[in-house]
Amino acid sequence: MRLTQGTFSFLPDLTDAQIRAQIDYCLGKGWAVSVEYTDDPHPRNTYWEMHGNPMFDLKDAAGVMAEVDACRKAFPRHYIKVNAFDSTLGWEALRLSFIVNRPPAEPGFELRREEGPGRQQRYSTRSYATDKPEGGRY
Amino acid sequence: MSEATTIDLEALAREAGLPALLADLDASLIGLVPVKTRIREIAALLVVDRARQSLGLPSAAPSLHMCFTGNPGTGKTTVAQRMAQILHRLGFCRKGHLVSVTRDDLVGQFIGHTAPKTKEVLKRAMGGVLFIDEAYYLYRPENERDYGMEAIEILLQVMENQRDDLVVILAGYKDRMDTFFRANPGLSSRIAHHVDFPDYSPEELLSIAGLMLAGLQYRLSEPARQALVEYIDLRRARPHFANARSIRNALDRARLRQANRLFASVGASVSREALMTLEAEDLRASRVFAATGSTP
Repeated sequence: MRLTQGTFSFLPDLTDAQIRAQIDYCLGKGWAVSVEYTDDPHPRNTYWEMHGNPMFDLKDAAGVMAEVDACRKAFPRHYIKVNAFDSTLGWEALRLSFIVNRPPAEPGFELRREEGPGRQQRYSTRSYATDKPEGGRY
Repeated sequence: MSEATTIDLEALAREAGLPALLADLDASLIGLVPVKTRIREIAALLVVDRARQSLGLPSAAPSLHMCFTGNPGTGKTTVAQRMAQILHRLGFCRKGHLVSVTRDDLVGQFIGHTAPKTKEVLKRAMGGVLFIDEAYYLYRPENERDYGMEAIEILLQVMENQRDDLVVILAGYKDRMDTFFRANPGLSSRIAHHVDFPDYSPEELLSIAGLMLAGLQYRLSEPARQALVEYIDLRRARPHFANARSIRNALDRARLRQANRLFASVGASVSREALMTLEAEDLRASRVFAATGSTP
C-alpha cells in the first residue's frame, strides 16, 4: 500500500528535476529546507530523524539536492522527506513537506479492532513494517 | 529541430545583455586591462558555447574557477562581485549571488568541525560564486595539526565534481598565493584562470577618485583637484599604500573635514554648491602633506 503523507503524495513519484523545482520554489520564498528520514511510516510518527541540520540562507536547490542524494545513499530503503519551514512572524511552521524517497515494497497498515465494554469498538492502525526492529524493516 | 547551420553570435550576445554589461564594466572599472581582457574572453567562450549547444555540437561545461592576485585595493572583491553578475547574465550561474568567506568561515576549531562547516558554506554558494578572500590563510604549513587541509580537500572535490553548480574565486596577495599554490599543486591545476591585478597608475587613481565622488554626488574644486594629484603622489610613496582603498579613505576623511568646515562657518547659510564641493583645504589638512612639510 502506497504511503500517502505530505504534499504530492497522491501523484506519481516526483522526478529529480521536479523535486529540484519544488525546492527552488521554497528557497525563493525564503523558507529553510531540511531533509528527514524514517522507517516507521505510522501517520502519528511526526518526528522523523533529521539528516543534517536544516539549511538556511541557501539560494539554489543544488545544495539541498546534494543532501537528498547523500541521504538516499545512506538510507536507500527508508522514507525520506523534504521539509520547508517558514520562519516569518505569524507562520512559524512547515509550509511544505513531501516525500522524495520510499522503500521498494510498502506492506501497508493493519486495522486492529478491539472490543470495549458493552458493544464499544476501538480501532488502531499498525504498520506491518514495524514487526521487525528499527533498521531491519524494508 | 531544423537543420540550422549558421547562428548569429552577435544576436546571442545581445540577448544576454553582454555588450551593455561589458560597456558598463569598461566605464566603471578603471585600468585593470588584463582583468577586462580575461572577462571578455570568458564571456566570448560562454557565448560560443551556447551557440555550439544550439547547433547540437558537444560543449563541456568550462572550468571557470579563478584566482585573483594583486596588491591591496586593486579591486579584487569588486571584480568578483561583477563576475557573479556577468556569469549569471550569461546563464552559467543560476542565481548569480556572491558568498564571500575567509578562513574562519571554512575551517573549524576541533576535529570533525571543519567538514560540516565547509560543506555548509559550499551549499550556500551553490548557484553562484564562492569568493575566498586571503585564501593563502587556508593552509598553514607551520602547524601540522591545522584543519585547513581538510577544508581544501573538500573544496577541491566540489570544484571538480560540481563545476556547473558553483564557481570558486580565490583571492590574495601575489607572493603569498604563489607559496600557497606551491604547497597545493592540486588546487593550482584545478583553477583555469589566474588573473593578476596590476597596481593603478596615478592618473587611474585620479579617475577612480572622480568616479567615487561622482557616485556620492560630490565634486572637487580646481585647487582641490590639484591637491589630490599631489596627495596621490605623496601617498604612493608612503608605506601601507592600498591603491583605491587608500584613495577612498582619503576622500572619506576629506568629507569629514568638509563637514566640519561647513559646520564651523557660523551663521552662514550653506548653498547646495557648498555642500557638494570639496575644497583644497579639506585635502591639504592630511597628515601626508604634514609629513613632507609641503603644506602651503
